[in-house]
Amino acid sequence: MELYGVTVGSRLLLGTAQYPSPAILADAVRQSGAEIVTVSLRRESGNERNGQGFWSLVRDLGVRVLPNTAGCHTAREAITTAQMAREVFETNWIKLEVIGNHDTLQPDVFGLVEAARSLSADGFEVFPYTTEDLVVGERLLDAGCRVLMPWGAPIGSGRGLNNVYGLRMMRAHFPDVPLVVDAGIGLPSQAAQAMELGYDAILLNTAVARAGKPAQMAHAFAQAIAAGREAYIAEPMPMRDMASPSTPVLGMAML
Amino acid sequence: MHVTVVGAGVAGLTTALALAKGGAIVTVVEAGTSLGVNSCSRYAGGMLAPWCEAESAEPLVTRLGQEALAYWPAVHTATEQRGSLVLAPARDTPDLERFARRTTEHALLDADAIAALEPDLAGRFRTALFFSREGHLDPRAALISLAAAVTRQGVEIQFGTAFEMGTLAGGTVVDCRGFSATDRLRDLRGVKGEMLILRCPGVCLSRPVRLLHPRFPLYIVPRGDGIFMIGATMVESGERHRVTARSVVELLNAAYTLHPAFAEAEILEMGADARPAFPDNLPRVRSSGGVVSVNGLFRHGFLLSPALARRAADYILHGIQDPEVWDENPCQ
Repeated sequence: MELYGVTVGSRLLLGTAQYPSPAILADAVRQSGAEIVTVSLRRESGNERNGQGFWSLVRDLGVRVLPNTAGCHTAREAITTAQMAREVFETNWIKLEVIGNHDTLQPDVFGLVEAARSLSADGFEVFPYTTEDLVVGERLLDAGCRVLMPWGAPIGSGRGLNNVYGLRMMRAHFPDVPLVVDAGIGLPSQAAQAMELGYDAILLNTAVARAGKPAQMAHAFAQAIAAGREAYIAEPMPMRDMASPSTPVLGMAML
Repeated sequence: MHVTVVGAGVAGLTTALALAKGGAIVTVVEAGTSLGVNSCSRYAGGMLAPWCEAESAEPLVTRLGQEALAYWPAVHTATEQRGSLVLAPARDTPDLERFARRTTEHALLDADAIAALEPDLAGRFRTALFFSREGHLDPRAALISLAAAVTRQGVEIQFGTAFEMGTLAGGTVVDCRGFSATDRLRDLRGVKGEMLILRCPGVCLSRPVRLLHPRFPLYIVPRGDGIFMIGATMVESGERHRVTARSVVELLNAAYTLHPAFAEAEILEMGADARPAFPDNLPRVRSSGGVVSVNGLFRHGFLLSPALARRAADYILHGIQDPEVWDENPCQ
């Protein structure tokens, strides 16, 4: 998988928030095989200097950091946070979140497109957290995004893929754009389902961080995502309404 | 044996007390000009809740924390043991189920049982978890009692005295400086916590109440006389003392969710400080460069300091290392 020219082996991107401790986070990252982790600058800092303790632990994981703008409610806020993240983590990558509603944490797609355009023009490589809306996806590509990250369900809800039809449409509509399901995944089976639809990767956090045994859950997700990907490549059989015998019936009497 | 304990926060004073009771001649030096002004324990919740903490902490915290339940009533007679209550708004009941799965020593209460325990919460919550064996204390009052107990053992506490390694002549040095010890403990980090103190005579609670919250563990601890402490945020930051508007809103929302009368509460104080934590959020006794460190108590200062102090004293006085809290300095 290639994201902004970077070849990535693991199709699991892992968030770093809400773990019982940084040591457990490190263990989960190792077990997940993830090569990219997201870090929230805003909630984890206060200002640039004070979050160093946690950030240096994240950097020590030896994986690529994708800073995010979690908790930003306007394009302006998200842009400022992205600029701060570029300084702190020395990367042009930014996972762009512009939240539109406090309860559902759904993206404000208007603010998202605005911020994506501004950040792309400023040299950022933007990973937008969006909905499965095709037109919004097109606008984000116009704005300069080369990756789209639609939600499966609201952040932290663990509900899986709320709109399988919409996500399948999105895959068909953007055959050449890396698509990452971001948010709403609670179980490895849900991650596998998204991969079977042809999604390129899964970004998740709560499902691992809030599991009883985060490292073990991270490993379970890694296996499910690999299985889903392999199934997609292996071209699943079509679904049908009537049974179709798996052993030949030729020669048997049909009464 | 002469021992210098550096830091007069809850870790330093419990360690000083354990050493003095064990027969050492102890001096405590503290950079702050008076008791508690420079200690993050000043902003603690003061919950003695070893079983509740198992929701997010390792089993070691629950094991060691049980020592606090016997320790504090002896040092600070105003320590309360009325249990603690865990509640969730109706829409967050899956979080309550998760909390129950991850903890032990609790009973599931229905609305009537909640009303019997805390009449002011009658009719507001359908289910709760009750941890009957837990306790709570007022951290500032408890620190005064602890300092008095230390002084009664003949220990001198020198305030306004900065710690300079080279200038401390002879004897053993115990570094209990909490987050200030990052100069020697490179793997220590700060986790910022913000809290509020409210006066709300219209509400009466007898025990700490935890309200499950998707982002951080929120609790309201009654301090008596209509005073309540609300804590605490968890921010990966070594920043001290700055309280953000967002955190205040979140903390006040929690209070308001618990009881609408909190809307009329008077805000007496807003405070913040950085909790000292190692990467696994577990406490350590560590010996390096001739100095014994007691640190990493994280959000469990009053809960874990009795156990850590005892183990530090066992090492200093008798050479006994408890592997559960002992480690070698990974940065040397």
